Amino acid sequence: MMSEFIRKDGRKFDELRPIKIEAGVLERADGSAYLEVGGNKILVAVYGPRESYIRRLLEPNTGVIRCRYNMAPFSVDDRKRPGPDRRSSEISKITADALRPALMLENYPRSMIDIYIEVIEAEGGTRCAGITAASVALVDAGVPMKDIVVGCAAGKVNDEIVLDLSEYEDKEGQADVPIAMMPRTGEITLLQSDGNLTEEEFAKAIDLAMEGCLKVSELQKEALMKKYSTE
Amino acid sequence: MIYVENKDLVIPGQILADEEYYSGRGTFKENGKICSSLMGLVSLRNKKLRVIPLKSKYVPKKGDVVIGKINDVRFSMWDVDINSPYSGILPAFEVFGREKKELNKVYDVGDVLFLRVVDVDEIKKAKLGLKGRGMGKFKGGIIVDIAPTKVPRLIGKKGSMINMIKDKTNCKIVVGQNGLVWVKGDEDMEQLTKNIIHLIEAEAHTSGLTNKIKNKLYLAIDGELPPEEVDEVEETEEEFVLEKPKLQNFKEELEQEEREAEEKKEKEDKPNIAEVIEELKRKNKNKKDNSLSYGDNSNNSFILNNK
Repeated sequence: MMSEFIRKDGRKFDELRPIKIEAGVLERADGSAYLEVGGNKILVAVYGPRESYIRRLLEPNTGVIRCRYNMAPFSVDDRKRPGPDRRSSEISKITADALRPALMLENYPRSMIDIYIEVIEAEGGTRCAGITAASVALVDAGVPMKDIVVGCAAGKVNDEIVLDLSEYEDKEGQADVPIAMMPRTGEITLLQSDGNLTEEEFAKAIDLAMEGCLKVSELQKEALMKKYSTE
Repeated sequence: MIYVENKDLVIPGQILADEEYYSGRGTFKENGKICSSLMGLVSLRNKKLRVIPLKSKYVPKKGDVVIGKINDVRFSMWDVDINSPYSGILPAFEVFGREKKELNKVYDVGDVLFLRVVDVDEIKKAKLGLKGRGMGKFKGGIIVDIAPTKVPRLIGKKGSMINMIKDKTNCKIVVGQNGLVWVKGDEDMEQLTKNIIHLIEAEAHTSGLTNKIKNKLYLAIDGELPPEEVDEVEETEEEFVLEKPKLQNFKEELEQEEREAEEKKEKEDKPNIAEVIEELKRKNKNKKDNSLSYGDNSNNSFILNNK
């Protein structure tokens, strides 16, 4: 099973695409991050905790987060119609849900945190990349949190379980399992599955994705340390 | 067992120590381990672990002095933006007492005030007041925005940093605990001060900052480095401890200036020698009174020293 086959883009089955993370790139946002994974380019801005202007969303005992995932019209090969659609509303929701368990907002009741995820260029796996970048931006904004959430996907391509699907593998492959987790405790905050997998394949895909998460997590920490360490 | 050292840079979720240490601000306990919840610097004292955040939002606390901007004028109060997730209110009776006056004639939208947080309720709404020395509206000057956690660093040990900047630039500076700083002086100096303050903010977590800033200031103003001093201000961890900015009597200075200007004008209007002498006498007396009042409040440190 552990055959040494090479994927279409020359990666091994457990190899990530090259990743670059940068924290604190925007001047006016409270926190921000820029992330590149393979052909993905993602910019995340975090505002808050700030006074909420939407009264009905307020919670009297804790803060709330809102998330907006948006793909630029030029981010894909065919022009994407601008504005929210089914897919981006879904990703906005699952991103907020994936990040929420890590946040400690009890000290900021009645406040709101806004996360804006802008996909400048897309090449598969944007939801995981968005979660990874958003948590770096949240740390940069000084939001108290239990752990830095990280996202990574595994999937099945040509009957092989592989890590970090590219756009081609996502489209041509048989299954896609994106997860998000808190690396310190190993708690999974997001688990989706698209396609058909047997029980063993599913377990294997999750193990592989968690391994990938831990690798990405190291890069997140590195990026944050780099921003503030003294030369 | 402890895994970090004092003043180490940590990130959220990083394990700091085992149970035998105490968990302070910026940390939490989970499964018998103490973890950091913020990105910041570790402060370890008497087995108590804290994390001083690099960035944070101001949360109002009773007794703080803050700088706020009037957002809205309502029937019996002003809405004040205090650079925080929570807005402040300034009730009319805090300003007028029982008197009835029109609110927007006293402070209007856009005015910047120096205020004290009188009370904070359970939903974190801050009630503000103007009781205290130097409280009130700012006339002119610029506002510089820094992270509230960097305020102690800007003030320095016993006001060493802020006094040095004041002395050198001849600007009046007032620091609010919510991270807003009011600067008034010559236009060039205002800009220079603003840059210096931003530099302090950016490098707040480095050591030897007071000296670095001193050199920068001397270079910018005199064009040469300061003479070496033996009794230099020591850089210690103490500077990271939140020290309350003490009340600053800038308002008296302003009033004094205004009074002097008026007197000058009067003097020009009436060139009567006897009156001029009278005027001078009064002025001298004024000066004496003032110096007395400075002496009385020697613990209100930082404007005082540059007199």
